[in-house]
Amino acid sequence: MTGEGVRRRDFINIAAVSFAGVGGLAALYPLISQMAPSADVLAESSTEIDISAIAPGQAIKAVWRKQPVFIRNLTPEEISAAEKVDVSTLRDPETLEKRTTAGKTNWLITMGVCTHLGCVPLGAGEGEVKGEFGGYFCPCHGSVYDTAARIRKGPAPKNLEVPPHEFSSDTVVKIG
Amino acid sequence: MSFPWANEYKPTNPLMQWVDDRLPLPRFVYNAVGAGYPVPRNLNYMWNFGILAGFALVLQIVTGVVLAMHYAANAGVAFDSVEHIMRDVNWGWMLRYGHANGASMFFIVVYTHIFRGFFYSSYKAPREMIWLLGVVIFLLMMATAFMGYVLPWGQMSFWGAKVITGLFSAIPLVGTPLQQWLLGGFAPDNAALNRFFSLHFLLPFVILGVIILHVWALHIPGSSNPTGVEVKQESDTVPFHPYYTAKDGFGLGIFLMVYCALVFFAPNLLGHPDNYIPANPLSTPAHIVPEWYFWPFYAILRAFTSDFLFIPAKLMGVLAMFSAILVWFFLPWLDTSPVRSGHYRPLFRKFFYLLVVDVLVLGYCGGAPAAEPYVMISQIAAMYYFLHFLVILPVVSSIETPQPLPFSITEAVLGKDEHATLAPATPAVA
Repeated sequence: MTGEGVRRRDFINIAAVSFAGVGGLAALYPLISQMAPSADVLAESSTEIDISAIAPGQAIKAVWRKQPVFIRNLTPEEISAAEKVDVSTLRDPETLEKRTTAGKTNWLITMGVCTHLGCVPLGAGEGEVKGEFGGYFCPCHGSVYDTAARIRKGPAPKNLEVPPHEFSSDTVVKIG
Repeated sequence: MSFPWANEYKPTNPLMQWVDDRLPLPRFVYNAVGAGYPVPRNLNYMWNFGILAGFALVLQIVTGVVLAMHYAANAGVAFDSVEHIMRDVNWGWMLRYGHANGASMFFIVVYTHIFRGFFYSSYKAPREMIWLLGVVIFLLMMATAFMGYVLPWGQMSFWGAKVITGLFSAIPLVGTPLQQWLLGGFAPDNAALNRFFSLHFLLPFVILGVIILHVWALHIPGSSNPTGVEVKQESDTVPFHPYYTAKDGFGLGIFLMVYCALVFFAPNLLGHPDNYIPANPLSTPAHIVPEWYFWPFYAILRAFTSDFLFIPAKLMGVLAMFSAILVWFFLPWLDTSPVRSGHYRPLFRKFFYLLVVDVLVLGYCGGAPAAEPYVMISQIAAMYYFLHFLVILPVVSSIETPQPLPFSITEAVLGKDEHATLAPATPAVA
């Protein structure tokens, strides 16, 4: 071949290799996608919890998507401690109002999953250490959260995540 | 490729001759680890550790394949199946303790092998490819060991899986979806356990494949040696068999004594009691640490406690931890000294021993709780670790005056080349 002109064979060659390449790439898709969460894992997407027995100052651990959720009934002191903080000084600036449902500011519902590397922070159970800001304390790498579960100290980058939730009634909350 | 004086494979047994004519596998083995591979005559015991690492891998594959016959990779029964192995399966306790401590022995041997490479600059031309493949093997080993530790589904298994996959969530934008893809869920569960088991079974064979490439690349220039002077003549070498099969056999005996002492007298010395508690997704152990062989890197991960150059602390820790190993890939080009061996590099040698101490300090801090003074010590030690590779090594290479090298390996051993007698197995050179 002297390099001038395109032969029929060159076209067939490129077409055949491209077609095989597209086919090969298409076959990769299911191989990669099979590793993503399966339908039954995704189906466990909401849970209803009775919160009538949680007194102010108490918290419970619930389970949603196989992960712990902290449901905490804040005392008026804890609410005012959270509201006193200048939001602009925070690492992940959010107000308590933004993190709770209007009219139910005392119900702080967050994931019990530290935003650093996923440990369960202490502070929800009876007698557990709450850390120097009175919220939660992660024993793994020392992240400290305040009474609105906002990150105040340590390596975690974000506040404890607030999962999507709504109050079905005054005593039942639906998460997810 | 080999030296021109290498022994040639000449089978006396007609059956072996028949096989060799049709499939030259006996010849291949003879040239790789037999009398057909000429090796520098002055290797010390630091050169035992490559063979020992290969032995440890075989040990892990044999015990692992047998354990897989009794283990069940299901989050509901995995923990119980491991206890079943320990209590009911014939010799199950020995196989499991042998596998768990075999992993520790594998890492002890490989760390020694790597630091041998650091001291004697085994990574320098023309052996860069051997080094690069070695780093790949080490990365594969870490992945395999991590996934193996998850399989018993105890508390440390579960939270180790959660924390390590949590590292990926630090990556901007794709982090959280990537973590969910790796786990097949929102937290470690059945999907994660099953895929970890599948990959834990597969990866050792991938490691075996890369080891074949590692040894192949080694046989192009031949083994290095404690002087760092290249082989010049036949009197510089002896055949691998019987000289180094015997020397490696001695080392293997010591290895097995240490290994058996661990398996039979202190099988849980290097483990964590928390892993005998079944996995509980709602309660994190007060003090989670990885296995000892990850401690130096874990200390580097935890050394970043505040945001740095607009990069969040969490991402910075993850980047630093991976960089601590990735920097090894650049070692052949960071150390520019023409002299290989640390024996002839007085300044380099001092910094080498400082690095050893630094890594031991990092290892100690990585196993300690995340509190002061360990955090501050890890920060200083982590900074020194990177300083060593990125600044000290290139600077030392350019300012140091190395000591004079011997003319040849033979001269280094015997004083004079004329004193050399050749190994009896090889015909004398005219």
